[in-house]
Amino acid sequence: MTCLPEIAPGQKKLGLVIDLDTCVGCQACATNCKEWNASGHSAPLPDLKPYSAGAEGVWFNRVHSFEAGEGEAGRTVHFPRSCLHCETPACVTVCPTGASYKRAEDGIVLVNADTCIGCGLCAWACPYGAREMDEDEGVMKKCTLCIDRIYNETIPEAQRQPACVLTCPTKARHFGDLGDPDSAVSRLVAERGGQPLMPELGYSPVNRYLPPRKRATPPAKPVEDAPTHMDVKNPLLRWVDRVLTRMPAMESERQV
Amino acid sequence: MNPAPSIVFFTTASGAGYGLLFWLGLLRPLGLVPGGQGFGLTALVLALVLVTAGLLSSTAHLGNPRRAWRAVSQWRSSWLSREGVAALATYVPAGIFGLALLTDRPGLAAAMGLLAAAGAVATVYCTGMIYASLPPIRQWHHPLVVPGYLVLSAFSGAALLAMLCGFWGDGVVAVVLALLGGGAALVLKRAYWRAIDAAPPEATVESATSLGFIGKVRPLEPPHTETNYLLREMGFRIARKHAARLRHITLLAGFAAPMLLALLALLLGGGLAAAALTLAAVLALGGLLVERWLMFAEATHTVTLYYSGN
Repeated sequence: MTCLPEIAPGQKKLGLVIDLDTCVGCQACATNCKEWNASGHSAPLPDLKPYSAGAEGVWFNRVHSFEAGEGEAGRTVHFPRSCLHCETPACVTVCPTGASYKRAEDGIVLVNADTCIGCGLCAWACPYGAREMDEDEGVMKKCTLCIDRIYNETIPEAQRQPACVLTCPTKARHFGDLGDPDSAVSRLVAERGGQPLMPELGYSPVNRYLPPRKRATPPAKPVEDAPTHMDVKNPLLRWVDRVLTRMPAMESERQV
Repeated sequence: MNPAPSIVFFTTASGAGYGLLFWLGLLRPLGLVPGGQGFGLTALVLALVLVTAGLLSSTAHLGNPRRAWRAVSQWRSSWLSREGVAALATYVPAGIFGLALLTDRPGLAAAMGLLAAAGAVATVYCTGMIYASLPPIRQWHHPLVVPGYLVLSAFSGAALLAMLCGFWGDGVVAVVLALLGGGAALVLKRAYWRAIDAAPPEATVESATSLGFIGKVRPLEPPHTETNYLLREMGFRIARKHAARLRHITLLAGFAAPMLLALLALLLGGGLAAAALTLAAVLALGGLLVERWLMFAEATHTVTLYYSGN
């Protein structure tokens, strides 16, 4: 059913918190996402023309890089983009078949590949570009928040996290319940001022992005000493230095 | 947005078909179109052929056309589903309308014609709402989009009705409607284009990345070197180069020329009028194809903020 579930206060809202301060743009999260999900709940994630020009495929997570600000205040920020498991996702309500749905118990947004007709309307309705069409099967695919890992009792408990979170070498990705104000992720969001993306469109995204920290005031630049002839200790080289200093510069050298 | 030919054809053909069905169902009981069985059946068949061809074409857009029947299930939340329900439901009164015409039952024909007309309006309204209910695409999420679909459907339907009336030699009301429809379409589309050109984007690359507090945000490196589904579907850019010219073509060839031809038909009468009205209908439909193509090609989706920054 594509009507959204009623959301009670304090209800479980599983999602990701992504730290834009520590993300180094290494693409490990995107790669491990593809690796796990290529055989996971929404498998396969097909690649078109994988071994020739024009290679492309379905990915649930894509890492952009942006420049923000000018000059000294400017930053390069790496920015992983994936499904935000919104509280009011139009991608779900526009679905004509009920294939797209939001789980009442944890808020995860999923697609039922058996009933999806591949109309693509949900991808149009998602402001964040989180949905990509599997053009082999003709059905829509999207991030499942690794639903086949986080509840998977056959793997060690420490690994019951989304693949992107587990693999991040700088711990820039965090997974948890954003509906619980006392959870580790909620505290992180409160501490660091975690932000939603495009809140003005009214989708109430669950995922939060932690802003890059303010840079410490840069120290004064070290000043280089201006060398004198006497800094050259070797007498022969000191003489060469003098000669070279007095010699008129060549035409080509002046232009440089 | 990528103007998929199947969708462009669908909304143009079905829109015109529903427009024709609407005018036929509404005007026939009032005696404002030729009342004979031949005219009624011809107009009804033309309307249903256009509607059906459009609906079939729309399934070509689906990744899994064989599952298309599932699309009528979510009418509680989805405008696409509602459109499907309305489209299928409209076949019922339209079909009975046809049977009543065949068996010469004027009362039943009038009632079913009016019901079919209501169904046609509902279906086109749902079509417009599919686009108008998508916040990421500001050119579609606009109050003039639904009136646009309704008016253009009414205009193209009136142009077709005028053409048929021309052949039956009794077309003043339909021709006047086509004239009014063309005028309304012209005014509305111009207002719509002015509005979308002037409106500032709601979302920006700064709000899309939450990095606006640092300063202006520019994309530095894309996440992939080749294209992908998002860029092909949502990042379509070719048409914007020709947008101004295509808008002129729509206004002149699609709206103004059919109106001139309709005026000419009023003055000429007879066989020449039928020829002029046929040309007017063909031009109107051609203009609408261009308009519908532009409707997609000029629409921008917020996902492109992440790739191009605007």
